[in-house]
Amino acid sequence: MTSLQPLPSDPWAPLRAFTPARIALGRTGCALPTQEVLALGLAHAQARDAVQRPLAVDRLVAELEHLGYPPWTVHSQAPDRATYLRRPDLGRRLTVESAALLDTQRSAAPVVIVMADGLSSLAVQEHAVPLLTALRQHSPARWSSLPVVVARQARVALGDAIGEHLGAAFVVVMIGERPGLSAPDSLGVYLTYAPQIGCSDAQRNCVSNVRSAGLSYAAAAARIDWLVAAGLSRRLTGVELKDESAAAHPPLLRD
Amino acid sequence: MSFTHTVDGTQWRFNSLRELLATASPERSGDALAGLMAASAVQRMAARLALADLPLRHFLLEAVVPYEQDDVTRLIIDTHDAAAFAAVAHLTVGEFRNWLLSPAADTQALTRLAPGLTPEMVAGVSKLMRHQDLIAVARKCSVVTRFRNTQGLPGRMGVRLQPNHPTDDLQGVAAAVLDGLLYGAGDAVIGINPASDDLPTFIGLWQMLDEVITRFEIPTQSCVLTHVTQQLRGMAAGAPVDLVFQSVGGTQQTNTSFGITLALLAEAQAAARSLQRGTVGTQVMYFETGQGSALSANAHHGVDQQTLEARAYGVARHFDPFLTNSVVGFIGPEYLYDGKQIIRAGLEDHFCGKLLGVPLGVDVCHTTHAEADFDDMDTLLTLLGTAGVNFIMGVPGADDVMLNYQSTSFHDALYLRDLLGLRRAPEFERWLERMQLTDGAGRLLPAKAGHALLAAASALSAA
Repeated sequence: MTSLQPLPSDPWAPLRAFTPARIALGRTGCALPTQEVLALGLAHAQARDAVQRPLAVDRLVAELEHLGYPPWTVHSQAPDRATYLRRPDLGRRLTVESAALLDTQRSAAPVVIVMADGLSSLAVQEHAVPLLTALRQHSPARWSSLPVVVARQARVALGDAIGEHLGAAFVVVMIGERPGLSAPDSLGVYLTYAPQIGCSDAQRNCVSNVRSAGLSYAAAAARIDWLVAAGLSRRLTGVELKDESAAAHPPLLRD
Repeated sequence: MSFTHTVDGTQWRFNSLRELLATASPERSGDALAGLMAASAVQRMAARLALADLPLRHFLLEAVVPYEQDDVTRLIIDTHDAAAFAAVAHLTVGEFRNWLLSPAADTQALTRLAPGLTPEMVAGVSKLMRHQDLIAVARKCSVVTRFRNTQGLPGRMGVRLQPNHPTDDLQGVAAAVLDGLLYGAGDAVIGINPASDDLPTFIGLWQMLDEVITRFEIPTQSCVLTHVTQQLRGMAAGAPVDLVFQSVGGTQQTNTSFGITLALLAEAQAAARSLQRGTVGTQVMYFETGQGSALSANAHHGVDQQTLEARAYGVARHFDPFLTNSVVGFIGPEYLYDGKQIIRAGLEDHFCGKLLGVPLGVDVCHTTHAEADFDDMDTLLTLLGTAGVNFIMGVPGADDVMLNYQSTSFHDALYLRDLLGLRRAPEFERWLERMQLTDGAGRLLPAKAGHALLAAASALSAA
């Protein structure tokens, strides 16, 4: 990363093979070596940028159109990132224009997908379309023809409003999770049966950590498809719907 | 009851104690989100001026959350020690601040007073205090606790070794435990936040930590930070549970949202004590709290988040904890927006906890979506060290790879020890020296080839 002569790491450095945690970093006096301070600073910078970076809506829309899912685009009542971060309540509500748009677009499909920037637009930009592709491969009948909504400055619960306005039986929200230093691009997927404004988090199931060093697209797709099928047939999601997809599929390996 | 104060001919009115406390609070995003924050800087100061004139006795007459509706209020009122309170019963909040900062309020006097103070009194006086006041008074407080070692002694500070792993992999956790021990951390507790939610995984973690502690005869304690009901199940299944963890909040409704009752906490405390796993004491509880948790659970009753945080310490105090930890920057910018708000909140929390007689440590931390960075963390860490914080976190490289937030590192703890001469718990200090990991002054020594912990590391690598 730099040309400086690195200080030696600690003699237990081979343990790094067992954990992504920053172990055996070495030290100079009590302090981190320069190369480790800079590595931490770079990771922090990447995560900070991931929070601030706006979703490239045009690119995402083009990718979805190419895949055969021309999306609708909506916006929460949080006009900008600064407001979004301070006012989670606004991130859960649609603007009047967005609500009116969806009201004219009622869908016959039971499931609607929301791709939302959340706290990491990077996550949705990189992983949402590949995940949708994996879902279609996993179960073409369920995932080939359904509406997709791209949502900006969105919290998870904005999916409830979107689902309600579209009259959907089920909403799948793919959203950027809070970026960590080791995972600035982690995608979370929240599943809610009978979405309506005011649903609580206890009424959702979640599949988290979808990213290249986390849960793979195929593994996530298997789990999501199982939960959607089970949720539709049992008419519920949340704490009463336990994820039993591991019983139906091989163990979900992280690559 | 309503309160008024006149500034330059303008009369400011506050309709309840709840409103007075909220308006007097320093600016923070969570109170703004709840619609409780002062509308102007002068209104805030008018509230502080009115608060300064309020007799401390008034806090026993007007509850911020109704007694009939809330078991935390009932706990606070029903267990209040009037005899201890007598020493300051004649004071107003403003006079109380003066007394706290006077030489009369020495360690002994503050220790005697603690059971006579309610969380609301302590929160109230903190709103009249600057950073230097919060530090100076907290430093005079002493809350000493014991399980397998002694925490909170003057001039000492503990570190929780936090070896989290994104999939609870036992080798991965063990690797981080060894890293922490080799860096001289882990006297407060070796405490894991598990990623999964199933009992067999927890039991594996408890057993592994117990093996490490037993094999190397480490005078410390372990904890798996899962829901208290899972820990009860673990104990029933014979798992080696040292400390029982639970998040607690300052209202009954918040605790309901956490899936707990006060009776459940009492049951867990009794169960852990019955195992008799402590060697120098029987304090078995580890609580975590954080400003904003009540608002997050929609359970704040119109009370500002700092007052509710102090009430959470009221809950903790009742269960005689070994450790209580304010996870100050974890909750996010909608509650504490930036470094300034996080730093202020960390100092308030530590002050309030200590004054109430709670063994307060602080997870000096931030999330990447808050307007804060490692410079802010260094500032708060250093201030809390001077304030005599009971313990801090030790996370490898300050980067928690499971919870996705930034805390303090083993290196940060070494920095603070070196800067301020803060020693480890005496039992753990002796163990490190015996293991030749530190010298006589507590300074870290390079681990020699063939050291028992390095051998354990090699064995782990070969496994």
